[in-house]
Amino acid sequence: MKRAAILLGAGVLALTGSIAAHPGQRAAAAGPGAVNDAAVMEGMPRTLAEFGFFADAAAQAPAARVIPYRLNTPLYSDGADKLRFIYLPEGASATAAGEDLLEIPVGAALIKTFAFGEGEARRLIETRVLLHRADGWVALPYLWNAEQTEARLAVAGARLDVTTPRGEAISYRVPNKNQCKECHGLAGDVIPIGPKARNLSHEWLRDMVARGMLDRVPGGADVLPVWETRSEASAADAARAYLDVNCAHCHRPSATASNSGLDLRWEQSDPAAIGIMKRPVAAGRGSGGLLFDIVPGKPEESILAHRMASSEPGVAMPELGKATVDPEGVEAVERWIASLEP
Amino acid sequence: MIRLSIAALALATAAPVLAETIAVDPGEGAQERLQEALILAQPGDEIVLGAGRFQLTDGLSLDADNVTVRGAGMEATVLDFTDQQGSGEGLLVTSDGVTLRDFAVENPKGDGIKSKGADNIVYHAIRVTWTGGPKPTNGAYGIYPVESTNILIDGTEVSGASDAGIYVGQSSKITVRNSVATDNVAGIEIENSRDAIVERNFVSRNTGGILVFDLPNLPVMGGGNVIVRDNLVAANTTPNFAPEGNIVATVPRGTGVMVMANENVWVGQNLLYDNPTAPVMVIAYPLPFEDPNYNPYPREVTIAWNAVDAGGTEPQLEGAEQLTAAFGGALPPVMWDGLIDGDAEYTPLRVDADLRGWSLNLTEQGKGMAGAQPGPLEAAAPGQPISTEGWGASAELEARLR
Repeated sequence: MKRAAILLGAGVLALTGSIAAHPGQRAAAAGPGAVNDAAVMEGMPRTLAEFGFFADAAAQAPAARVIPYRLNTPLYSDGADKLRFIYLPEGASATAAGEDLLEIPVGAALIKTFAFGEGEARRLIETRVLLHRADGWVALPYLWNAEQTEARLAVAGARLDVTTPRGEAISYRVPNKNQCKECHGLAGDVIPIGPKARNLSHEWLRDMVARGMLDRVPGGADVLPVWETRSEASAADAARAYLDVNCAHCHRPSATASNSGLDLRWEQSDPAAIGIMKRPVAAGRGSGGLLFDIVPGKPEESILAHRMASSEPGVAMPELGKATVDPEGVEAVERWIASLEP
Repeated sequence: MIRLSIAALALATAAPVLAETIAVDPGEGAQERLQEALILAQPGDEIVLGAGRFQLTDGLSLDADNVTVRGAGMEATVLDFTDQQGSGEGLLVTSDGVTLRDFAVENPKGDGIKSKGADNIVYHAIRVTWTGGPKPTNGAYGIYPVESTNILIDGTEVSGASDAGIYVGQSSKITVRNSVATDNVAGIEIENSRDAIVERNFVSRNTGGILVFDLPNLPVMGGGNVIVRDNLVAANTTPNFAPEGNIVATVPRGTGVMVMANENVWVGQNLLYDNPTAPVMVIAYPLPFEDPNYNPYPREVTIAWNAVDAGGTEPQLEGAEQLTAAFGGALPPVMWDGLIDGDAEYTPLRVDADLRGWSLNLTEQGKGMAGAQPGPLEAAAPGQPISTEGWGASAELEARLR
């Protein structure tokens, strides 16, 4: 195989919507209702349909062994509705590994669809897949067409005009393949972020065990507050859960923002590491003229809250996947900082 | 269809194939076309950017090893981020063995080019410019390698950074040379890094010229083995425009070469003119800190022969008027805070006999200028010239320039 042809193929693959759907492409799946394991394991399928993750993709009705789940505290994505699924091939099951990520075997996949609008007006924007292959996890973004009939591989990402649930008109960013790694990267590898036992409900975990898709309910599961009922949790638990889910995939050792020295993981207990009276390192204008990441009792003097409350590139945190401020998240974090003893 | 499946397979397995040249030109769809080329590049490939202006709306990223990105020249090929809507930098590199050369980055919203955990990287004839001049709303760093080993920055130009033009952080084996850093808060900064050579640069119109810093509470600390030689550091008189909170916001206007904390630093054969607070400043980390693994003091710092002018003719320091009057109109060129670790078994500072200096004679770290008793500097004479063996970028990186 000559390199020129490979590149040509790659270029065509990458261009969303540049070629018509191949009529035989559905036949590649093992039949209706079954996931195409070959597509999970290798290649860069150019349409989401090739995986066969959905019995009815437009309705987001999953195929067999594709199980929906939710997180107690979810990652904020401009208010997008997020539909999460885990696929485990026949005979495979996930393994409990304490409060952290479930151990998910090779051949499995995580699928997440981003949508705006409710009921009839719901519009699917993108579906991101994380595929656990023999040599590690691979992240691929698929962009839905306006007709909602097909989602195509978009390695370079895209921008789309959408209106958020709060009525803000924004330019929504579909991340490119490299940007997937900015959040999913740890020590050079791509790993899942979401399905940590502490952020999954006992009920769902028990159901997975009953299905034979999980060995047992992990210890330390279901600890993070459920976001909708966070007022019943302590200010610290609500805020630390939010920071763990929204920030700690980068702000932790060996991840994208490791050089900041800020470690926002739920399990981190060192006050300086989570930002209390910690001076910024490379914040630049992101500091907003403030001196410390977190000043106990003073959210208005805390860089962390300042950057969360900004939507301006170069200031805003998180840097990716956010065009609008999450007022609920800002409120939770400010409430916690205000509660800290100076 | 058969060809497509084979292509997909080849991509997925990253089979070794002949290096290719991929041309990308400015124009319609530049964002997607360039980002796609960066994603699909294979080890050994060269991405050639055509002349002209690439209008970009989002940060770019490169995560493939041993790729060269080459433009038509730092004036001819411009990656224009004026309309950037997302990401923390213009271009992010996270892979090893990358060469970036002959193009410019203009007006990124955050940092210019950041390379993180990207070993064996060359930046050659790269320009990063905030075209509106010094502004606190400019991004922090122009050229920004961090947490990396083996870095060559050669023939670059950076201006307008609201922190440091060329900033190397938490890294080792570094060469920064033949580069021009103007109109930044700090021209060149080597921070929490080791084995660095900073030579033959032109550093002017910044707030501070060349900074060698070590800061607490970071994953990598213990900066040292740094030589700053043969640089022209002149007229660094731009008022500090860094947003408060950043350590460089504390750098006084008119600082030439500044060493903070760090061990084994040699500053010699530089031309230091019109840096009216201090041509050379050597100090301990000035703020209180709680980090048992951090050493706030400068150790074994040598200020060898440098060509200097009168020194601190217009110092931006507390009590400047009395100070300059006391020293006969200008502060001597070498400034030290006088702080020494109580259990020190090293020489904090050596200064060339022909250079005059002064000391704040502080007695306690972390108390600012409190307790200062300024007086003439008495320092040991320089010892044997420093050995830089094993410092700086490797010969393999040099070879890529040819």
